[in-house]
Amino acid sequence: MNEAASQKTPLHALHVKLGARMAPFAGYDMPIHYPSGILAEHLHTRKAAGLFDVSHMGQALIEGPDHATVAGFLETLCPADFFNLAPGRQRYSQLLNEDGGIVDDLMATRAPGANGALRLVVNASRKAVDHALIGSRLPAGVRLTPLPEAALIALQGPMAASILARLAPGEGLERMAFMSAQSARIARVETFVSRSGYTGEDGYEISLAAAQAEGFARALLAEPDVAPVGLGARDSLRLEAGLCLYGHELEETVDPIEAALGWSIQKRRRAEGGFPGARRIQHALADGPTRLRVGVRPDGRAPAREGTEIVAPDGAPIGVVTSGGFGPSVGAPIAMGYVARALAAVGTPVGLMVRGKALGARVVALPFHPHAYYRGQARNQ
Amino acid sequence: MSQIRYTKEHEYVRVEGGEGVVGITEYAQQQLGDVVFAEAPPIGKALKRGDPAAVVESVKAASDVFAPVAGEVVAVNSEVESTPGLINEDALGRGWLFRIKLADPAELGALMDESAYADYLKTLG
Repeated sequence: MNEAASQKTPLHALHVKLGARMAPFAGYDMPIHYPSGILAEHLHTRKAAGLFDVSHMGQALIEGPDHATVAGFLETLCPADFFNLAPGRQRYSQLLNEDGGIVDDLMATRAPGANGALRLVVNASRKAVDHALIGSRLPAGVRLTPLPEAALIALQGPMAASILARLAPGEGLERMAFMSAQSARIARVETFVSRSGYTGEDGYEISLAAAQAEGFARALLAEPDVAPVGLGARDSLRLEAGLCLYGHELEETVDPIEAALGWSIQKRRRAEGGFPGARRIQHALADGPTRLRVGVRPDGRAPAREGTEIVAPDGAPIGVVTSGGFGPSVGAPIAMGYVARALAAVGTPVGLMVRGKALGARVVALPFHPHAYYRGQARNQ
Repeated sequence: MSQIRYTKEHEYVRVEGGEGVVGITEYAQQQLGDVVFAEAPPIGKALKRGDPAAVVESVKAASDVFAPVAGEVVAVNSEVESTPGLINEDALGRGWLFRIKLADPAELGALMDESAYADYLKTLG
């Protein structure tokens, strides 16, 4: 049984005032869309700037005596190289189980000047599991501090940088590199900002005290190019960007190589191992996985939803759709799923079993919509 | 002279002569949100009352449209298949899905009229 959505983010009252359609998500009562609708919110984010409440996500700090100790600890749970994570930089990784399956995916950030602290952002639906896992493995001198009093607001889209430059003159946010992070005073509020997101667009994720979240969101929404965007468009944006969603593309039986996340395992870790399930993952890196996450484009206009069986041209089952729907910027149905590696090459014709019929489709490269991340230089490099 | 009848699943059938025009209601389109795909049944298909007849999909979800009454499909709205957003703009007008030749007009008696449907919507909150 699903427990009721008992929790509210610091922006809950604002969502209701803005006329959002609210629904339970990961134990939170969250905005699915506002009166303008998912399609309009999606397209607005691609052309201007969307404001997303992602305060339901799990923010936490891992702290210890120095960076090597904290990074070394996180490397016992994740396959990324955190030891070489420079101050002011962030990195995407996965918490793994002993079989190399994905317990959750996360962002880990080392604040500028930090020597012995990493900030984590994990999925709302997994934070209890994650915090229990991390907490159970803490060595002496390292501690985990969840930050339930911190809100998280994402501002995503091609106008995000110029908007924040106006609201935070002199902070240099428009020149931040992709996947970098810093403290900044924005609209007279102290925040911690990273240049990253979950839409494929340029943008920022902004952590701040819950008590200031509504005033801050209102200041952003007062900008003419900013519109509120709900979880519906967040999902269609991330799907077009080819990004994984836990519980769909990612779960405990899936390893990072199958999930096409091998890019997030740096060279040193591939060679040295030392993370859970290293043997399986190193084996998959060497010989290729048996199944692979791919993009799929139906030939017609009918969307193939999550759970749709993927078949070979001869009708043999070869995989399943993990996320599927309509891509508003693509203007056509799109899907991601897992297929047998032999049928994972771009251009491979496949069938999608929708309402009892095999609809024609083909394997395509991800993302469906090109990423527009900021690729400038960081100020201090 | 036409009359319109509604189902609890939020289909409508607008009866003109011995035929009925079938679509989804204003309430249904609002619940679904932006419709991105619509598929009508093939012309000539014989439907029983309650058969899955058409499909309407929004960005969020897929939704079956059931035959509100039995009959044979005599026309489909090809315009709504190429421009599914018509369902959001004009669910009861240009957003119709298919036209059915009624097998048994007495079946209409089991459906709700305008005021009964309005009362039914109130019970849904």
